[in-house]
Amino acid sequence: MTREIIKGTDAVAKAVVGADPDVVSAYPITPQTGIVEGIADLAADGHYNGEFLRIDSEFNAASSVIGASAAGARTFTATSSNGLKLMSEPLFTAAGMRLPLVLAVANRSISAPLSIWNDHTDTMAERDSGLIQLYAEDVQEAVDNTLIAFRVAEELKLPVMSNLDGFVLTHVQEPVDVPEPEPVEEFLPPYEPEQTLDPSEPKTMGAYARPEHWTEAKYVPHEVLLRAGDAIERATAEFEEVFGRSYGDAGGLVDTYRLDDADVALLTLGSLAGTAKDAVDRAREDGIRVGVVRPRVFRPFPGEALREVLGGVEAVGVLEKAISPGSGGPLSMELKSELYNLPDRPLVRDFVIGLAGRDITVEDVVGIADELYVDADVSPHEFAPDEEEVWPQLREEILPEEVSH
Amino acid sequence: MSTEQLDEKLDDVSEFDYDDAGFAPGHRACSGCGPALVARHVVEEAGENTIVVNPTGCMEVVSSPFPESAWGVSWIHNVFANAPGVASGIEAAYRSFSRQGREEFEDHEDVNFIVFAGDGATFDIGMRSLSGMFERGHDVLYVCYDNEAYMNTGVQRSGSTPPGAHTTTTPSGAYSTGEDSPKKDMPAIAAAHGVEYVATASISDPIDFRKKVSAGLEIDGPAYVQVLSPCPVGWGFDAEETIDLGELAVETGVYPIYEMENGEVTDVKTVRDRKPIEEYLERQDRFSHLFDGEEGEETIETIQAEIDAQAEALDIDG
Repeated sequence: MTREIIKGTDAVAKAVVGADPDVVSAYPITPQTGIVEGIADLAADGHYNGEFLRIDSEFNAASSVIGASAAGARTFTATSSNGLKLMSEPLFTAAGMRLPLVLAVANRSISAPLSIWNDHTDTMAERDSGLIQLYAEDVQEAVDNTLIAFRVAEELKLPVMSNLDGFVLTHVQEPVDVPEPEPVEEFLPPYEPEQTLDPSEPKTMGAYARPEHWTEAKYVPHEVLLRAGDAIERATAEFEEVFGRSYGDAGGLVDTYRLDDADVALLTLGSLAGTAKDAVDRAREDGIRVGVVRPRVFRPFPGEALREVLGGVEAVGVLEKAISPGSGGPLSMELKSELYNLPDRPLVRDFVIGLAGRDITVEDVVGIADELYVDADVSPHEFAPDEEEVWPQLREEILPEEVSH
Repeated sequence: MSTEQLDEKLDDVSEFDYDDAGFAPGHRACSGCGPALVARHVVEEAGENTIVVNPTGCMEVVSSPFPESAWGVSWIHNVFANAPGVASGIEAAYRSFSRQGREEFEDHEDVNFIVFAGDGATFDIGMRSLSGMFERGHDVLYVCYDNEAYMNTGVQRSGSTPPGAHTTTTPSGAYSTGEDSPKKDMPAIAAAHGVEYVATASISDPIDFRKKVSAGLEIDGPAYVQVLSPCPVGWGFDAEETIDLGELAVETGVYPIYEMENGEVTDVKTVRDRKPIEEYLERQDRFSHLFDGEEGEETIETIQAEIDAQAEALDIDG
């Protein structure tokens, strides 16, 4: 294994080439671009021998990997933000057609207003697409998730989105163990598709379904996704056997930190967990017993694993880099619905924070942990619903009058 | 045809073996459907070593209702706008397999990759996707079955709808004589991409059309064939007149038949004693309002003048 100080996008590019996809479709968008540039560089130097399509848009980047996947190819593409929106229509078909393509998303906010910085509003808006969604805390995990994504996609015949926070992970240089070809081949043998467009065995793919069949066609990927936890768990365990890196104590679905004796927990996706872990260390110095819970997977939603790890805490603060306008934070909504039927469910408060790259400091998170600790004795039943959602970083002074008065 | 004759004919039909048909009967297309004929000619000409990509549209809906399929060759539908993108990926996958020397694909070096798409998917919503496929030079034959409107959704205008046509979104009325913008020149747009082989055809001349399909498949790169495919429902004529209407479109010069190689027109079907456009228009409900008054008359004159100019430019009159 080679340990390199390497930029996030370059590291993911190397992992993709390591997985040896037959077709890669490339279209630039900040902050993803470095990934496809990295693959282009590797191809230019003769390290990638598949087809590298310089495509005309994200719409056709998704469409071409769908076609390639239907032809039996291992395929990869990458995007961010509005690019993911442009991919959205074809991507929704990928799960219904059971096509195991892999997509890296460098998470970035969606216009308007235009912003190139990180949050999760792009992928949260695709949560109903039927794509598996993995989230990485650091560059190493983004690299490793790339390989796990191919493995899980091909086993389940479902598309997988491997997420890494834009700039925070794409543009940072970290020491990374870049996987060598031999262990990659052991972990990820050549793809053997079950159904292809082979002309010698004609098939009709993507047919039109009438009401008597459509429900069942939709039920299948839903069921497979609900059970996908086992496959992700297996892939993560085998990944550990081959590469020696372990992800999370709940079958690779959820990662926890100092949670065993915690009264309250901070729950978040992706790189913000790193900041939260530092904040927990700081808060514990003040006697606040707080831990971190980080789902590695948002689809399928790891409900059972979360119920297990959150069973002992009084309150959960969701640090949420997304908003579903007119409702609330998608992560906390999903968490609440998982906890609702528990007899002693913890209080859940939603902290909408870090939107479009607004900096989140350790102090910010310590403040949230403090507030949560004070709330811990309050039963969820006593807590006013309109106080459950908090925007700690909101600058009231720049809001328009219609909202602030 | 007498009842006895018809019975005799039906007996013959029932003896046909359709097991090997590339596009089998029993699909849900309307009687007299021009595009369904196009589908059959395309796959019969291409043969079984073929993969067809079909965007959303009439032909996708009538041919693939699960659990039935009219397609005897491998066929895929994804969404409305992306058939060329999907075809690009399929073709790239085969190129990749071949380069890697993968044994299981050794026999597939000469696979025909064909997009079979309506005018809406071609002239309008799928244009970017098509432009990209042309530019990248994928070895794909693109066949546009041109029925000049969105027939699948109930006859709305498309970029292919000719001037004067009544559609549900360009209705004729007291202040309207139907469609008022020119038909988009897709063959020229294809040629401007540097597409080596571009051709137009009419379903009324299947031999010519099939020759063009074959020529397009022989090209090592993208090719574009656009075939006029009259739609009895959308145009308003009787089902048995499909071929007649296709022929009249050629004989009046409204649908010129030509080939382009590397951007130059190389062959034009000449029309002796070109018929006046009225003969074509009066046979279709979509143009019937043009015969109701002065404004319609003016529109017909304009259409005729445009056809004359086009005929001169292409040197159609024999």
